[in-house]
Amino acid sequence: MNNPFREILLFFLLLFLQVFMFNNILLFNSINPYLYIVFVFLYPLKENKIPLLFYSFLLGLSVDFFSDTGGIHAFSITIIAYIRLFFVKIYFNKLEIDYPFFSLKTESFGKIFNYVVTLTVIHHFIFFSLANFSFHNFTNVLSNTFFSSIFTLVLYFIGSAIFTKNE
Amino acid sequence: MQQLIFFIQRFKYFLFFLLLESIAFSLILTNLNFQKSKFVNSTNSIVGGIYTQKSKITAYFNLKTENEVLAAENARLRNELQKKVFATQFKDSTIVDTVRYFQKFSFTKGKIINNNYNKEFNFLTLDIGKNQGIEKEMAVINSLGIIGIIDNTSPKYARVQSILNKNSKINARLRNSNYFGTLDWNGDDYKTVQLIDIPRQAPLKIGDTIETGGKSTIFPEGILVGTVLKINRGNSAENRVIIKLFNDMSSLGTVYVIKNFDKLEIKTIENLENE
Repeated sequence: MNNPFREILLFFLLLFLQVFMFNNILLFNSINPYLYIVFVFLYPLKENKIPLLFYSFLLGLSVDFFSDTGGIHAFSITIIAYIRLFFVKIYFNKLEIDYPFFSLKTESFGKIFNYVVTLTVIHHFIFFSLANFSFHNFTNVLSNTFFSSIFTLVLYFIGSAIFTKNE
Repeated sequence: MQQLIFFIQRFKYFLFFLLLESIAFSLILTNLNFQKSKFVNSTNSIVGGIYTQKSKITAYFNLKTENEVLAAENARLRNELQKKVFATQFKDSTIVDTVRYFQKFSFTKGKIINNNYNKEFNFLTLDIGKNQGIEKEMAVINSLGIIGIIDNTSPKYARVQSILNKNSKINARLRNSNYFGTLDWNGDDYKTVQLIDIPRQAPLKIGDTIETGGKSTIFPEGILVGTVLKINRGNSAENRVIIKLFNDMSSLGTVYVIKNFDKLEIKTIENLENE
């Protein structure tokens, strides 16, 4: 993933998948996966955080444009883009020297699972809290976070199982 | 000065992060406010254009139901017309000169190209805009009942604040009576809305029809809303009645946008009184 074209391709692929497919799934009339956050997991690790923050913000804002949600997607994806390196340090024990050689493919499933689950749940929780924008239906926020996170994670792990080459 | 530069150097990621988050947060706040002009919405030409292309493809799947709904509406309108003929036949010879009475409402046809109904603050996108004479605060209905209010326009597209939006407050009444209330949505179920502030003495029964009250300059009188599903006879201060909508908000096609010609006149006279 050192080729910038692949990142641009990933950006538009995730945007259009999210807007035209995942926003229309509505399982049991309310549950949607938010798979565009995979951009944050797959973007290569770099010491300079600014490009990732900027592109994530732009991706979130584009999803907002299509789904009329103000800046909720942009807000929540920028948070997980910012705290990503912190969790990389905790779960994978990687320091700044290891960043160029880091790849999710070479890590064990347990570590990847912890990392992806943490970031997804944080993102979904912030997203649904802002979408609700009051403390009134807080149980709804929690149940939405729970079910949507499961949906997103199942899709992510199925997707990564399909698209990784077995060598 | 040097310390300031050092500070920026040291916290540049955090400062950049804060900048992006504050932009996002201010966008969220302006989006929640009906009065302010909005920047992030689906009425701009790029997003609207993409949605138009999408709806060109998906519209074919709904053609059959759309035809049936239109035929049903035609039948209903023909019946109304027959009633009118009947009524005028039995009147005495007073001639009402229709030229002297101005048209009060005009209807413009439009198509929903993007539909949301699963969030707390739902918006729809229409394929008509300022070029077709669509302005802010016009009513949007279809043959089955109310849908929402125009809240933002661009030259070719318009955004509708759906009745399934926590900010929507629409005047409604019990059919053929003068008991008024306000339509509200609690964000739970897209098939129902709530009617609040309706007087306790109102003779409500389950299955009664609720329609718009005509107390605002947006909706004409008598547009259908839904039927009473559940009456809350508790001791709470607000008398909450659950209304089942006639419209299936999850599948909307062609809609009508209503323009009120007297709006300016009514607003002017209301403002005069305040001064």
